Amino acid sequence: MKGIKTTIAAVAALLVAGAAQADPVKVGMITTLSGGGASLGIDARDGFMLAVKQANNPDLEVVIEDDQRKPDVAVQLADKMIQQEKVDVLTGIIWSNLAMAVVPSAVAQDKFYLSVNAAPSQLAGKGCNANYFSVSYQNDNLHEAAGGYASSAGYENAFILAPNYPAGKDSLAGFKRFFFGDIAGEVYTKLGQTDYAAEIAEIRASGADSVFFFLPGGMGIAFMKQYAQSGVDIPLIGPAFSMDQGILGAVGDAALGVKNTSNWSKDIDNATNKAFVESFVAEYDRLPSLYASYGFDTANLLLSAMGKANVNDKEAFRDALRAADFNSVRGKFVFGPNQHPIQDIYVREVVKEGDVLTNKIVGVALKDHADAYASECSM
Amino acid sequence: MFTLFLEQLLNGLQSGVMLFLMASGLTLVFGVMGLINLAHGSLYMVGAFACAAVAAWTGSFWLGLVASLMAAAIAGALVEILIIRRLYNRDHLDQVLATFALILIFSEGTRWIFGSFPLFLSVPEFLTGTVVMPGDFQYPLFRLAIIIAGFAVAAGLFLLIGKTRLGIRIRAGEADRGMIAALGVDIDRLYTIVFALGAALAGLAGAFVGTTQSVQVGMGEPVLILAFVVIVIGGIGSIKGALVGSLLVGFTDTMGRFLLPHAFATFLDPASATAIGSALASMLIYIVMALVLFLRPSGLFGTEA
Repeated sequence: MKGIKTTIAAVAALLVAGAAQADPVKVGMITTLSGGGASLGIDARDGFMLAVKQANNPDLEVVIEDDQRKPDVAVQLADKMIQQEKVDVLTGIIWSNLAMAVVPSAVAQDKFYLSVNAAPSQLAGKGCNANYFSVSYQNDNLHEAAGGYASSAGYENAFILAPNYPAGKDSLAGFKRFFFGDIAGEVYTKLGQTDYAAEIAEIRASGADSVFFFLPGGMGIAFMKQYAQSGVDIPLIGPAFSMDQGILGAVGDAALGVKNTSNWSKDIDNATNKAFVESFVAEYDRLPSLYASYGFDTANLLLSAMGKANVNDKEAFRDALRAADFNSVRGKFVFGPNQHPIQDIYVREVVKEGDVLTNKIVGVALKDHADAYASECSM
Repeated sequence: MFTLFLEQLLNGLQSGVMLFLMASGLTLVFGVMGLINLAHGSLYMVGAFACAAVAAWTGSFWLGLVASLMAAAIAGALVEILIIRRLYNRDHLDQVLATFALILIFSEGTRWIFGSFPLFLSVPEFLTGTVVMPGDFQYPLFRLAIIIAGFAVAAGLFLLIGKTRLGIRIRAGEADRGMIAALGVDIDRLYTIVFALGAALAGLAGAFVGTTQSVQVGMGEPVLILAFVVIVIGGIGSIKGALVGSLLVGFTDTMGRFLLPHAFATFLDPASATAIGSALASMLIYIVMALVLFLRPSGLFGTEA
């Protein structure tokens, strides 16, 4: 008799679970796979697909398209994915200008958007939305941590530079929000600039005791190489973007010793992270970057929500996402009220392991750090 | 402040010399064959990738430099024979369309061979470090070497065009295409040679610049735009114009980035001085181009259209 009861209970439980998972989830990934900056999108995609492959969940289907880093292309792809492919969830965008072109309209059409990277301030404050989750960070976070680190390391006079575009301005504002010393010089360079001789000459003459720079992708490679060749030896500080795994190889030894701030590093000590790094190397034969880690976390967040709720029950699925009940490669993972993570941000140093340049954690810059815009979000 | 000024002048000179290597090939091809070649930046990329790959493989920057010249010249000759040759008698719009397609083919081809991650290319060991310049400031040795190498190439090019038989044919080709063909010059071969020469110069620039910048897919397009500005300022088809235009653009850009924020800071608060100064600095070369076009519509050394 007792046996029959448990069997019935088990069958019922199976039925309930089956009902919760009955509807398959279709994900549309729009990311940059060609042109300048493709390495970022490829890493995010590979991290995401690694988690998908490991979960081996037949109810999850992913459609991937290349936005070529062009906002108009991204908008077209988003329209196609929503209207034709009928996706439930969108993800993948690397660049903030593309995110601003796609996200507001997608979440307004009641699609979920999970960000693997771009998280502009507009979407964290007044423009926050219940369907929008940033798994990576809020754009200002790593720059704020760099400012916090520079202050605590005792630097008093910083020279700061960034490209002249919205994320560059946010970057310098973020740095200054947590840096309490003087600013020896503040320079905005042209977006995509490749020669920094004029700026480096100014740094040399400025009398600064530290240099903060935010130059993602090829700009950072060019700046680092030229800085090393110039013989200027003022210490460099930057967000992880300038010192990421994907570009360290191209910078070479010039990057050694540079401090950078990141919410992920391959030596964060937890089982999930270890397994992630090992399986990523095994699958793709290269070390993962932080974009790959964001992709991996995003997929696992989505999978955790799929295990709890049906995607067509928007309210329940949203709650399941908000609970963030998954093992993050960053250790603990909590969403703040505007659905951006509250997290520790580390200071890393570029080191050489054998022949490979990589980053090593040397301290914590900001603990349980939330973003500056959460209070403006009424949700 | 004075030594900083001197240093910035050298920086302007260096960026101008590099631009000349790009612009001279572009202007030669336009001058001799009347072709607008948007894929010129791709040949620059080919040079940089060839140099980085061979330098990584053999450990020698110099072999890489030779490889960059050869790879770009061969790529240029192949492209000319297979594709460009069919475009000489078409209008400029067709040329732009076809050479734009070449940009896409070169970019995706390079990605297919080398992957999406930037390659490593470094300065040869004995050119690292800095030298103390007159006026008592340190200047990177490698930038100095680029300036010298660039002027040597420019001198070589002027000798080639001015003193050799090939140069005479190139100039004749510029003046009257139909006539030199009628005089028995093998015009097809001349065009291939000129195109390969321009490509080799672009490849060389790519190898030089690759050592100080990022060797990545799409690196050629920003330089291509600058090179077009240069040849429009200098007068399309004129090598002398390309040299003067390159130096003018190099100096204007560097000194603008350096001086404008300082100039605005004398009467504005620092934040807005930086913002306005750097915004204006990035427009400056286009303002110069507009001025030149206004005063001399065919460029500084251009012949009347």
